[in-house]
Amino acid sequence: MKDLNYYAKIHSIESFGTVDGPGIRFVIFMQGCHLRCKYCHNRDTLDINAGTYKSLDEIFNKIMKYKNYIYPNGGVTVTGGEPLIQSKLLISLFKKLKEENIHTCIDTSGMFQLTEDIKELLSLTDLVLLDIKHIDPVKCKALVGFSNELELNFAKYLSNNNIPMWIRQVLIPTLTDEKQDLIKLKDFINTLKTVEKVEFLPYHNMGKYKWEELGLKYELDNIPVATQEDVDRAKKIFRRGRSFLKKLFNCLSSITLE
Amino acid sequence: MDFKQWNGFKTGEWNQEINVRDFIQKNYTPYVGDSSFLAGITPKTQKLWNEVLELYKKEKESVGGVLDIDNKTISTICSHEAGYIDKDLEEIVGLQTDKPLKRAIIPFGGIRIVEKSCEAYGKKVDDKVEEIFHKYRKTHNDGVFDVYTPDIRAARSSHLITGLPDGYGRGRIIGDYRRVALYGVDILIEEKKKDLDILNTDVFNQEVIREREEISEQIKALAELKVMASKYGFDISIPAKNAKEAIQWLYFGYLGSIKEQNGAAMSIGRNTTFLDIYIERDIKNGILTEEQAQELMDHFVMKLRMVRFLRTPEYNELFSGDPIWVTESIGGQGIDGRTLVTKNSFRILHTLENLGPAPEPNLTVLWSANLPEGFKKYTTGLSIKTSSIQYENDDLMRISLGDDYGIACCVSPMKIGKQMQFFGARANLAKTLLYAINGGRDEISGKQVTPKFSPITSEYLDYDEVMEKLDQMMTYVAKIYIKALNAIHYMHDKYCYEALEMALHDKDIIRTMACGIAGLSVVADSLSAIKYAKVKVIRDETGLAVDYKIEGDFPKYGNDDDSVDQIAVEIVKKFIRKLRKYETYRNSKHTLSILTITSNVVYGKNTGSTPDGRKAGAPFGPGANPLHGRDTNGALAVMNTIAKLPFDSAEDGISYTFSITPNTLGKDENMRISNLVNMLDGYFAQTGHHINVNVFDRSLLEDAMNHPEKYPQLTIRVSGYAVNFTKLTREQQLDVINRTIHEKI
Repeated sequence: MKDLNYYAKIHSIESFGTVDGPGIRFVIFMQGCHLRCKYCHNRDTLDINAGTYKSLDEIFNKIMKYKNYIYPNGGVTVTGGEPLIQSKLLISLFKKLKEENIHTCIDTSGMFQLTEDIKELLSLTDLVLLDIKHIDPVKCKALVGFSNELELNFAKYLSNNNIPMWIRQVLIPTLTDEKQDLIKLKDFINTLKTVEKVEFLPYHNMGKYKWEELGLKYELDNIPVATQEDVDRAKKIFRRGRSFLKKLFNCLSSITLE
Repeated sequence: MDFKQWNGFKTGEWNQEINVRDFIQKNYTPYVGDSSFLAGITPKTQKLWNEVLELYKKEKESVGGVLDIDNKTISTICSHEAGYIDKDLEEIVGLQTDKPLKRAIIPFGGIRIVEKSCEAYGKKVDDKVEEIFHKYRKTHNDGVFDVYTPDIRAARSSHLITGLPDGYGRGRIIGDYRRVALYGVDILIEEKKKDLDILNTDVFNQEVIREREEISEQIKALAELKVMASKYGFDISIPAKNAKEAIQWLYFGYLGSIKEQNGAAMSIGRNTTFLDIYIERDIKNGILTEEQAQELMDHFVMKLRMVRFLRTPEYNELFSGDPIWVTESIGGQGIDGRTLVTKNSFRILHTLENLGPAPEPNLTVLWSANLPEGFKKYTTGLSIKTSSIQYENDDLMRISLGDDYGIACCVSPMKIGKQMQFFGARANLAKTLLYAINGGRDEISGKQVTPKFSPITSEYLDYDEVMEKLDQMMTYVAKIYIKALNAIHYMHDKYCYEALEMALHDKDIIRTMACGIAGLSVVADSLSAIKYAKVKVIRDETGLAVDYKIEGDFPKYGNDDDSVDQIAVEIVKKFIRKLRKYETYRNSKHTLSILTITSNVVYGKNTGSTPDGRKAGAPFGPGANPLHGRDTNGALAVMNTIAKLPFDSAEDGISYTFSITPNTLGKDENMRISNLVNMLDGYFAQTGHHINVNVFDRSLLEDAMNHPEKYPQLTIRVSGYAVNFTKLTREQQLDVINRTIHEKI
C-alpha cells in the first residue's frame, strides 16, 4: 500500500484545458469515484483500483513545466473521478502550488462529510466547480446513488467560508431539466453568497463507449442528448427569476450564467 | 548624402552609408495602443478587389488553375511592358507580365520544368525560346546534372534526399527592398561601384574574380530595375518622397526580383515598420489620412496576393497549391527595449479584414513576451478569425540575429540585406533509419542505394545495434547531402544568379547552407519503440525488412516525456554535427531546419513501414509535429516537447503546426484571445521557435472538402505556410483533417 500523503492515483492529465476554470488549466484527472452517475462520461475513472500511482513530486514537477502557460491567468484544476477522495495528497499538492502562487481549482460533486482534511483542502482552494447532481433528493439518489444532502451542505460550507464556486448542472433531458427542479435549484443558489457562475453542461453520450469498453451496460440509451435549445430554455428559466430576485438580492447580478 | 525627400527625418549613420536599420531606429514611432484607429475598406479598394476576385474566379476555372501564360517572353527584370488590373483604381502598380495573373516563363533554373509546366496547362513553350535554352544557353538544371555523381543520383531518386532545388529556383533570399525606397537606385549603384573598386586587388584569384562578376551583374540588374519602373512612369533613381512612393519603390524592387527569379520562396522581408515612418510623416504633414494609409497598404497587399509562378502540377502536389511565400515579418522588439510594433503593423494585419483571409502574403508575427498587449490581442483575435498568421519567437532569435532580421519562406531567419541562405530542402531521416536496418537497401524497391553496409539480421531490433548502424548511415547521408547541395548552389550561382536580390545586399554577407530534416518524430518514436518495447522485424524472402511488429507500449514523442523527447533532441544534434564535418560551398555556415510544408505527405508516401508502427506510405508528421494521434496529453505537452528541440542546432527553424477548434480554445471570443495569448507567451517562454495557429472546426473542413465552391478563401496554415484549403489535393485535405485537431470532449 502506497503512502496516500505522497502518492496519488491518477487517471490521466490534460495539459491544455480551457473549460474547467478560468484561463488555461492544467487538468489532473484523479482515479476513483464513490458515485455511480448513470450519465458519467468518464466511467473509466471510477474504479479506485485502476489508474497509476504518481508521487507528489512527480505531479508537482510536471505542473511546473507548464507554469509559463498557466501563470498568472490560468491554473491547475483537479477533476476525475472524484478528487476529494484523495484529499490528503491534494492538501500537500495545493500547499506547494500556493507557494508558487498558482491558482487552484477542484471539480467535485461535494458528496462528502466535511472532514478536517476536506476543510483544510478547501482552505487552499481558490475555486470549486461544484457539480450539483440533482436538486431533488429522491431523483438525485436514483440518478447517482446518493441523496443530495451532503452536496447541498457542502455548498453552504463554501458560501459560509467565502470560497468562490461555479455551480454546474448537467442538463439531461427529462431527468434534470424539469422546470420545477430548475426553479428549485435557482432558489437554492440564491441562498449562496460566493457563486460566481452557473454553468449548464448539456448532456452528451460521447462517454458511452467507455462503459462498453468496460463491459458495462449504459442505461441512458433512450435519453436524447441535450441541445442548444435545452440549454437556452434552462437559462431562460434562471434569468426570469433573476430580474425579480435582483431587486431583492443585489449580489446576484454578479453571477454569470453560462 | 542628402536629399530633399528626406526632409523631416532624423539623420544618422544611414546618411553616410547604406544602413536601413539605423534609419528605422532613428525615425520610427512605437505604437502601444489598440486597433481602434484602423480604417475600413475604401470604395475604391472594394471596387478594385472585386475585379481581382473576378479574375481569381476565372483563374480557378481555367485548366489546372492557370489563367494564362506568356510562353514567348523570357522573363527578366524589364522584359514585359507595363500591366494593370484597372489603372485608374490602382494606388500601387506593377505586374509580373502585361496582364494580371498571366504567368511568365523563367527558364534559367531549368528549361524542362518550364516545358512541362506549359504542357500541363495546355500550352507549348515558344520554339525560339526552346531553341535558345536547348542549344545556346545552359541552365542551372543542366549544370547540376553535369556534375551529379552516381551516389547523389541514387540518393535522390530513392527519396533519401528529397525536394532538392536542382530543377527550379532555390529562392529563400530576401532582398532589402527598403533600400530602393530610402536611397533610390542611383545611390545603390554608386555604392556597388565602390565595392567593385575594393575588389581591384593585387591578389586576383577565383574568389575575387567571381565576386567582381557578381557585383557587375548586380549593377546591371539595378539599371534594369530603373527601366522597369520607367515603363510605369516612375523615376526610381532618386529616393521616394512620400508614403505612396515608398511603397511603390519598395514593391518595384520586389517585382523586379520575382520577374528575374522563380524561387521556391520569394519572401519580402520586414517592411511595415520602415513604411510606417513615411506614413507617419505624411499624416503629420497633413497630406495623408488614415483611410488613405490603409488604402495604400490594402493595394500593396493585393499586389502581393497576385504574384504567380509557372510551376508543374507535381511541384504543386509537393508544396500544396501555388505557394510563393511572400513572407512579411511583423513586430518584434528592438535591442534597445522599444517595441518595433507600429501602427503599420496593425494595418498590414488589417488587410485580412478588409480583403478577407488569404495565404499570401505570409504574415509572420515576431512574438516577444514584451509585445504591447493591444497588439497581442489584435493579432491573436485575427488568428482565431482567419487562421492566416504564423508566429515566431523574437526573444529567441533576437539573441543571435539582432532586430532587423526577417523570415524567408516559413521559418528561416536571416539578417535583412546581410545574410542569405543556400536552400537545401531535406534529408529523409525516417528512410535513413530504414536504410540503417537494411544495410542501405531501399525498403520499397529493394535496390542497393548506398554502398553495402551490413544489415541487421536479428529477429528483434536491439537499440544499441540500431543506434550504431543509424550513426553510420547518418554519416553517409550527411556526406551525400552536402555534396549535392554544393553542386546545386555552385551551379545556381553560375547559371541562375539572383542579381537583383543580391544587389540589395551588402558586399560581405553571411551565407548559410540550410539543410533540413523530414520524419523526425517517426525516427524518435521508432527508436523509443525499439528501446522501451519489443520490435519484431518482418522480412521478405530476400531478407529485406519490410514491416515491424511492436510488442508492448512505448513513450511517444509529443507528450512532454523526456525518455523519448531526448532521443529526438539527440538525433537533431547528431545530424547537424555530422553535416558540419563536410566542407560547404563558399564556406557557408551549416544550419538545419525541422520543417516540412505539406511535403510530409509525399515523403511518407515514398517511405516504407517504420518500427514505430507507422505503415508504409502513411504521411509523416509535418515539421516537428508528433505523428497524428500520438499525442495524448494535450496541446501544451506537444508544445513542451517541440520546445525542447534546440534552436542552436536547428537555426534554420523548427516548425510546429497547431490546430484547434474554437470551442476548445475558450468559451467566448475574449477567453479565446486571452488563452491564445497566454499559450503563445508560454510556448515562446519555453523557447519554442515557430507555431502556426489554425482555429477551425472539423465539420467545417469536411464541408469544405465536399463543397470547395462555398469556401474560396478558406485559409489553413500548414507548417509555416498558409494555403487555400480548397486548392489542396484530397489526400492533403484528409491529412490536414486527421492531423491532431485538438478537440477535447
